[in-house]
Amino acid sequence: MFEIFRTVVMRDLVLALRRRADLMTVLFFFVIVVSLFPLAIGPEMSTLRMIAPGVVWVAALLASMLALERLFAADYADGTLEQMLLTPQPLALLVLGKIAAHWLVTGLPLVLISPLLGLQYGLSGETLLVLLFSLLLGTPALSLIGAIGAALTLGLRGGGVLVSLLVLPLTIPVLIFGSGSVEATASGMGGEGHLYLLGAILVMSLVLAPLAAATALRISNE
Amino acid sequence: MKEFFAMGGYALYVWGSFAMTALLMIVEPILLRRRKQAALARIRRIARLQQQR
Amino acid sequence: MSSRLVNWFKFSSPSTFYPLAGKIGFWSMVVTVVLLAVGLYMSFFVAPTDYKQGEGYRIIYVHVPAAWMSMFLYVLMAGWAALGLVFNTRLSAMMASALAPTGASMAFIALWTGAFWGKPMWGAWWVWDARLTSELILLFLYLGFIALQSAIDDPRRADRACAVLAIVGVVNVPIIYYSVIWWNTLHQGATIQIRGESSMDPLMLTTLLIMTLAFWAYCIAVAMARVRSIILERERETTWVGEMVKEGRA
Repeated sequence: MFEIFRTVVMRDLVLALRRRADLMTVLFFFVIVVSLFPLAIGPEMSTLRMIAPGVVWVAALLASMLALERLFAADYADGTLEQMLLTPQPLALLVLGKIAAHWLVTGLPLVLISPLLGLQYGLSGETLLVLLFSLLLGTPALSLIGAIGAALTLGLRGGGVLVSLLVLPLTIPVLIFGSGSVEATASGMGGEGHLYLLGAILVMSLVLAPLAAATALRISNE
Repeated sequence: MKEFFAMGGYALYVWGSFAMTALLMIVEPILLRRRKQAALARIRRIARLQQQR
Repeated sequence: MSSRLVNWFKFSSPSTFYPLAGKIGFWSMVVTVVLLAVGLYMSFFVAPTDYKQGEGYRIIYVHVPAAWMSMFLYVLMAGWAALGLVFNTRLSAMMASALAPTGASMAFIALWTGAFWGKPMWGAWWVWDARLTSELILLFLYLGFIALQSAIDDPRRADRACAVLAIVGVVNVPIIYYSVIWWNTLHQGATIQIRGESSMDPLMLTTLLIMTLAFWAYCIAVAMARVRSIILERERETTWVGEMVKEGRA
């Protein structure tokens, strides 16, 4: 079982690393969006410190929406996906493998660079750590929930915007607890509670989202 | 009568709410009626074309 | 037992359901008109003025029923969609897609009237109150469902894809609702809760009940009319539709 999962992850990683430019676009998008806010709002450090958690989280959310289109599109176009549907292996596991690889190449870089962006907003050490942790727990959940939307809109015209319309409302809890944890830490209330809830959402979406995405893939490929 | 429409100073809010509700509840059935007529017209047209052939 | 089963499945076929939906829709419309007439009369002339909010409180007679219906319709829609996905019945999926626009319109009414109630009571058209915010998200969920439905040309795929979306949404709704409440209590702003569970006058309660039933009947009537149109559009090439239209029974 684990072997199949590993194979899918490795395959997708190799494919993704061959096209590194694609990966950078998501990361750059994230960095640029976060950097735009001070320009729009003003360089007042106290204001920036206040909006930092929200800005970073919304930018991460948008960046992961942007990346979603690529999750199944290539495999769908060249027929690999159809073969995957025909294999006797549990489809949900294959989907989980694809999501994991997708997160490793699009989500993890955002998580790693976030402390740097947090510094731009004048966040303190502990807050930066919580920001990192919250994104570490939250972005996989975003990829998992987003995978359902990506699977549902596979091959549809206007897929990219449609995915956002479908998925964004569903990700609101992740956004609330993610940015909430950073904010609570910054204001000295402690963000552990938020992080636990974020973890609970991650576990729940780990269990349910691959199943839903697998069902959606079968529907989209009928 | 005037007093009734004034709604104790809340006229804009009360009538604004009820007007929007009424508007939607009138427009929706009208749109549905037109949708049904369009569907029926299409079915009739197809039936006529098939008869001519 | 078996005869009851047969009876149930008889109506799961569009051809037998179509005339039944017509009858249900017609009588629901009659009930709607009667209940609305009574309810509106009571809302404005019978129900007493609220001692705290004056005449402005009368907005709740459309706000609360619309909000209730918008939530109930979403669950109902997901239920029909799930039924369609599991048993592969066409009609259930059609019911689900017939409910979505009405649900969205109810959510919109709830938001609109909420804003018109909030302005005099809270002093702002929009307040990030937990209930208003989750109603807004509910509207987004409805819009997503409708957008997905209209983006897919193959009706069968559209039905099944929308069913998955609706089920995912219904699992998410409680999580969204509680996270929004939590978020709201953490960010105690200028929000003042006036809408506490104060004891309501029995006349007010009766009026609210009648208005709720009227909205309920309206939703049934509109959903039935819409499902009939959907049946006509999707089954337009079948013989039963052709004959029905020719004989002028549609």
